[in-house]
Amino acid sequence: MTRYVVNRLAGMVLVLFLVCLFTYMVFFLLSPDPAVQICGKNCTPERIDQIRANLGLDEPFVTQFLNFLRGLFIGREYEGGINCPAPCLGYSFQTSQVVTDMIVQRLPVTAVVAVGAAVLWLLMGVVGGLISAVQEGKFADRFIAGLTLGGMSVPNYVLALALQYVFVVWLQWLPFPQAVPFADDPVQWFLNFILPWSVLAIGYASSYTRLTRANVIDTLDENFVRTARAKGLRPDLVWRRHALRPALTPIVTIAGMDFAGLLGGALITETVFGINGVGKLAADSITKNDQPVIMAVTLLAAFFVVVGNMVVDLLYSAIDPRVRVGVSA
Amino acid sequence: MTIPTTGLTVPADSGQETAGTTPQLRASVLRTLLRDPVAAACLAYIVLVLMMAAFAPLIVKVSGWDPYEFDQSAIDANMGGIPLGGFSGSHWLGVEPGTGRDIFARIVYGARASMLIAISATVLTTLLGVVFGLLAGYFGGRTDMVISRVMEFLMAFPALIFMIAVLSALPADDRQYLLVVVISVFGWPYLARIVRGQTMSLKQREFVEAAVASGASRSTVVFTEILPNLRSTILVMVTLAVPGYIGTEAGLSFLGVGVVPPTPSWGQMIASSVNWYSVVPLYFVVPGTFLALLVLSFMVLGDRVRSVVDPKGRS
Repeated sequence: MTRYVVNRLAGMVLVLFLVCLFTYMVFFLLSPDPAVQICGKNCTPERIDQIRANLGLDEPFVTQFLNFLRGLFIGREYEGGINCPAPCLGYSFQTSQVVTDMIVQRLPVTAVVAVGAAVLWLLMGVVGGLISAVQEGKFADRFIAGLTLGGMSVPNYVLALALQYVFVVWLQWLPFPQAVPFADDPVQWFLNFILPWSVLAIGYASSYTRLTRANVIDTLDENFVRTARAKGLRPDLVWRRHALRPALTPIVTIAGMDFAGLLGGALITETVFGINGVGKLAADSITKNDQPVIMAVTLLAAFFVVVGNMVVDLLYSAIDPRVRVGVSA
Repeated sequence: MTIPTTGLTVPADSGQETAGTTPQLRASVLRTLLRDPVAAACLAYIVLVLMMAAFAPLIVKVSGWDPYEFDQSAIDANMGGIPLGGFSGSHWLGVEPGTGRDIFARIVYGARASMLIAISATVLTTLLGVVFGLLAGYFGGRTDMVISRVMEFLMAFPALIFMIAVLSALPADDRQYLLVVVISVFGWPYLARIVRGQTMSLKQREFVEAAVASGASRSTVVFTEILPNLRSTILVMVTLAVPGYIGTEAGLSFLGVGVVPPTPSWGQMIASSVNWYSVVPLYFVVPGTFLALLVLSFMVLGDRVRSVVDPKGRS
């Protein structure tokens, strides 16, 4: 087990390093010169050179990348006395802010969005899947199958606009979304999040329903369930102890990964609902072409995904020893 | 956001039963599907959208409005450009608020962008996925290790955000091609993983052994013995991949890193309707409906194709 964990950790560090390198390279090679952007209209070649020198952009690629890595681990200082402490993800020239601060400010909002959505989709997905599995082939099963197909086909931004139109503009059941801190008005704060949670949850819940259904039906076919039934175990115990546990473990692991993915920002949903999270930060930075921020969000998202995958894998291999053999092969 | 997660729904081991299907596969699949009214309806809608995309200039000539033409008489300039009236004889699906461009014409032309990108991305993904999957599965050893590592690496990436990052960093001139390339680069491992697994199991089968024993060359074995047996898997994966890519293209265009304006695309139309949704709901309902129906049709069709080719597979 220890060896497996060490292997996994090493793999994770390697992947993270490659993600860093790859992302940095893409931005280094492909993006327009940030010095020209900062320089603005009344620009002379000398001024551009000066800005480049100030930002360290005249250095070769390897030096710049190492500087970036050093910033990540020890922090760095930019020209003009701007201090960027340890996990330094860069400096946004457009907003004159340290990128790490911009992200830390918005991470809690994104976390709220992700947690609420995850709770909702797990609930919907597992309940829906169980009902379909129990009622296999009957009306409820078909009805839910129809719903899941619908949920999977409507793109989330269409769903977001439609729900917002129906519930806010037309029926007026929900107030118009405005940014309020939790402490000022908890009710308005909560109502703001209902639609984004639902939109995200509906998208994910559909695939969870299908998975739960398939897993439960498969597990009920297994020999150990037949044995449990044959020896006369009470039906509710057969379900709880024998059928549900193996059927739902994979669901929980996938939920962990999806949740980790969401922490990197729900770009579309946050943009449509005007929620000031990491996703909206990324979307706004794309419009402004603020590269340090886009790169930082990419790295953050990759970090969450890779770490999330690893945590899930480790937990899973602790629960189910068969996996360990499969992964190391 | 669902990127090619549709690819994940095919279980890697579903191939054991499907391996060894008959050569008349495609014709019989089509016949079975046409007998099923739901699948036939989905197919009809897909064909309709394809025709729309193919004959866009002709259709627009009949409907009378160019997708780039501003019609000031159809909007109320005093009310900030709210369209006067919805569906009408001259503007079949109404006009865009603010500019007065014909929504029907933009839908027709938008179908071009969506279908072209989704289909080219699917073709490229399939090509890459099948080639690398076959290579990894058939040769095994070091080849397999390298390809598998690359696949793991690509799948660990937060694909959507990275696609956005790459596309926003690149110049906007040839976005359509870049979109296809970027989508495919992140999409092929999902197919390759399954092809690899099936190739590994097919390699052990008697008919492959027989071919090898009778002196067939490596390429003959791969292309005439193994590849034909992967056909049903590939067919299913392709029908499931297309809706994923349609959604991805629309999503990227929605975020402003996809198809560049003024070229219309459905996702982009929906994006520009965000500021108008409370006043002119039609503006997002029309492209939203077209898009959702298209994705739905492909998904239902994919499901039906799978149940025809692989009756035992359940998920």
